[in-house]
Amino acid sequence: MIRRLSTYVIRRVLSMILLLVLLSLVVFILFSLLPADPARLTCGKSCTPEIIEANRHRLGLDMPVLAQYWEFVKGIFVGRTYAANSPDPVQCSAPCLGYSFKRGEEVFVLIKDRLPATIWLAFGAFVLWLAAGISLGIYSALRRGRWQDRSVMGVALVGYSLPSFFIGLVAIFFIIIRWQLLPFPSYISPLENPVQFLQTMILPWIILATLYAAFYMRLTRNQMLEVLGDDYIRTARAKGLPERVVIRKHALRAGLTPIVTAAGLDLAGLLGGAIITESIFSLPGIGSLAVNSVNDADLPLIVGITLVAATFIIFANLIVDLLYAVIDPRVRLS
Amino acid sequence: MTSASAPFLSVQDLSVTFPTEDGRVQAVDGVSFSVERGKTLAVVGESGSGKSVTAQAIMGLLDRRLSSVTGHAWLEGRDLVAMDDDEVRRERGSRMAMIFQDPMSSLHPFYRIGAQLSEAVLVHQKVSKQAAREQALEMLNRVGIPDPRTRIDNYPHQLSGGMRQRVMIAMALINSPALLIADEPTTALDVTVQAQILELIGNLQQEYDTAVIMITHDLGIVADIADDVAVMYGGRIVESGSVDDIFYRPQMPYTLGLLASVPRLDQVRAERLDPIPGNPPSPISLPPGCVFQPRCAYSDRVADHACEGVRPELVDIGGGHAVRCHLDGGQRLAIATDVLDALAGSGA
Repeated sequence: MIRRLSTYVIRRVLSMILLLVLLSLVVFILFSLLPADPARLTCGKSCTPEIIEANRHRLGLDMPVLAQYWEFVKGIFVGRTYAANSPDPVQCSAPCLGYSFKRGEEVFVLIKDRLPATIWLAFGAFVLWLAAGISLGIYSALRRGRWQDRSVMGVALVGYSLPSFFIGLVAIFFIIIRWQLLPFPSYISPLENPVQFLQTMILPWIILATLYAAFYMRLTRNQMLEVLGDDYIRTARAKGLPERVVIRKHALRAGLTPIVTAAGLDLAGLLGGAIITESIFSLPGIGSLAVNSVNDADLPLIVGITLVAATFIIFANLIVDLLYAVIDPRVRLS
Repeated sequence: MTSASAPFLSVQDLSVTFPTEDGRVQAVDGVSFSVERGKTLAVVGESGSGKSVTAQAIMGLLDRRLSSVTGHAWLEGRDLVAMDDDEVRRERGSRMAMIFQDPMSSLHPFYRIGAQLSEAVLVHQKVSKQAAREQALEMLNRVGIPDPRTRIDNYPHQLSGGMRQRVMIAMALINSPALLIADEPTTALDVTVQAQILELIGNLQQEYDTAVIMITHDLGIVADIADDVAVMYGGRIVESGSVDDIFYRPQMPYTLGLLASVPRLDQVRAERLDPIPGNPPSPISLPPGCVFQPRCAYSDRVADHACEGVRPELVDIGGGHAVRCHLDGGQRLAIATDVLDALAGSGA
């Protein structure tokens, strides 16, 4: 059975690699079809057509799209040099996801520098919303139709319907400005200053988690209500198991699959940048980088961020599928 | 039934109501019966007659917030209905156990059958996991699972329906309960497997001296295995007695209707089946008098429309045979003779 599981893993990883190749190709072709001319964007107002054409050649933008794609892929593994024959060539070391001439920086480095803030934000919120969403969802399901259920679901509805930019701004106004309970957010690595890190992250975590927790409460509640009506739950009770074992061991595990799916994809989506939350709290993450790159029409950076975000989603899909196999034996044995 | 001491399980005046938005649903209404160890009581009725709810009420499986159970269910002198949730939970799986209709969905799909069996042991006995697994293995062997050392690590979906029902039986009997309630245990199985499962339950019943309540709508099963029979309709017992009382001396028109609607292989001529006209009553609006009156062909023989307005009581007509019917003894006997003669005549 271990063998079957490993075959399953290998098959899934191979298909993931294929998917990544296709995805990067599609992203690359899509962006090459955009009307924006990256060569035009390389020089400022006093630009002449000659300079543009020279830059186009230096960047390899005069090559066919597929040739450019090949250079790009090669760059990821061995790095690449832009304008190799010119007096000032630009080095982009592996893994090279492109070079932002706008910012004079390798795309990979730009993203790498922004990733920690996004990762911290996403995982912190993730833990919060799973803990709150699942426990309140179970609580609500076990008190279905009573006032506890109604109030939890009412709060969930409110949390779900309030846009995060609104509660974010309200929170900043009252908690930071009016009551001065927290200092102004200023991101710093938790390794450097854990206190300031927590002071900065606590509000974004809560704001971001509120939105998701509301959804997970409803999802968990509905899953539990469905599963609690299943025959094997009646069997578990007929065996004389205590109710908490029936709930935790039998019902929750059976109802877990859709929650795992949603959680994996939501987390991956956030790793690609929580645009609104990062912008409100001026966190130096992928989301705010993405907004800036779009404002600047910084094409190489946009391509890089899109690819990284999409890679997270594909990875999450793989992990979710592997988790299915762990949770449900019917998946790995069929 | 003749033992002087109190019966092993004695259900007295058991009623179950569910409050719903459409009104109170009277699912079980004043049910009384008793079972001795080693004996089998068959509870017979159509779907919706309250037989499964009766079983779940005895087992304490009904959610107390969503239902109200009154009356008594004395198990060796202790009232299961009066126990609190935790007390009755301790009885479940240890002194009383239940198997269900659909073995396909009654086992947890994500756990190995060995784990599910051991769990039943560990919740009631203070033994090691290893000892619990040994018990599980032994029990799988006893219920006739071939190659139990391999099968114990299977998941339910790797077993056939009959095998799964054997596992369910193993799980129910692993703590040697004195009472086994089987709720239509063979309905979802192939006919050939049905006989094996019934035989297995019968053998284990003898081995453990278990009292069995067999809930079924299949009169063939009743005739095979039951000592006593309770016929339920509209949440009430309408006739009860020994299996011979019910099959050879039935008195209540509903019981007669049930017997007449069974297809018989021993009939020489292809007679049309004789179904009971109409449908079972809705438990939300039960008739005020006899619950069977709307479908009864003989209620006009009773004076003053008593069947429509007056609730008949379950009356013992001798030897533990009880009937709930307004017809007098002579009328019932005449009707029964007619129906049974017609049945026998078509077979003669």
